[in-house]
Amino acid sequence: MKARVTVTLKNGVLDPQGQAIEGSLKSLGFSGVGAVRQGKVFDLALEGSDEAAARAALTNMCEKLLANTVIENYAIEISN
Amino acid sequence: MKSAVIVFPGLNRDRDMIAALTKISGTAPQVVWHQDADLPDVDLVVIPGGFSYGDYLRCGAIAARSPIMDKLRERAAQGVKVLGVCNGFQILIEAGLLPGALMRNKSLKFVCREVKLEVVNAATDFTRGYKEGQIIRCPVAHHDGNYFADADTIARLEGNGQVAFRYAEGTNPNGSINDIAGIFNEQKNVLGLMPHPENLIESAHGGSDGRALFSGLLGQAA
Repeated sequence: MKARVTVTLKNGVLDPQGQAIEGSLKSLGFSGVGAVRQGKVFDLALEGSDEAAARAALTNMCEKLLANTVIENYAIEISN
Repeated sequence: MKSAVIVFPGLNRDRDMIAALTKISGTAPQVVWHQDADLPDVDLVVIPGGFSYGDYLRCGAIAARSPIMDKLRERAAQGVKVLGVCNGFQILIEAGLLPGALMRNKSLKFVCREVKLEVVNAATDFTRGYKEGQIIRCPVAHHDGNYFADADTIARLEGNGQVAFRYAEGTNPNGSINDIAGIFNEQKNVLGLMPHPENLIESAHGGSDGRALFSGLLGQAA
């Protein structure tokens, strides 16, 4: 099984990196960009085939390490 | 007072901290490697600055999950004093010993300069060498010192006297909420701060405003 964990900043948390990327896109001439928020993606290769167990383990991983839940949200996708 | 310094791979301010503790207390701190099984029996444990694990994932995140940090959490709960400076502050926050988060500087730039600090709460073991409201000089050197916490946490910190130091006179180098530079835990036995008081302790440093933090803590006259 494979899993993809996406970690993004919570709404309301200042994202100066996203703002800098937004400014750079605009300076390159990309119009119509309202706002940019940046984040992280983790691709994990998992042993076993129990999706529910994998989801529980991934949630635990996010809470304990992959995300800082003071400032970040996380989303988990699992595929075979 | 007996002290120990925990060293993680990637720290680079450990020798400055060891020198400061040695010069001010007269006794060298015990140096603890992050893989050591336990902490020595000391009154103060310090985590110095640097770039533990290359700042991978988030500053301090990997170091904060080291087994030695479970030991540190136990000691802190028993009232042992814990000081984290710069990356050490980031590690204490990631370990849950202090609330909030330290985010990328608002300017996105690494800032290495001197700032002014206001001593907000001087009624603690860490800050008793200063007067409340005193403005001191202190160097900073960091990329991720932008203190953030939700509004409830900020209100609690301010209400409980948990703000130790604030950037003063418009010198906030990172955009931190309420100009926060350093905070205590609720019991005031854990202090984390971004500035480097260990780098301003003698005339060769160009000043000694940082000295009172250590001399107050170590129970000596400044």
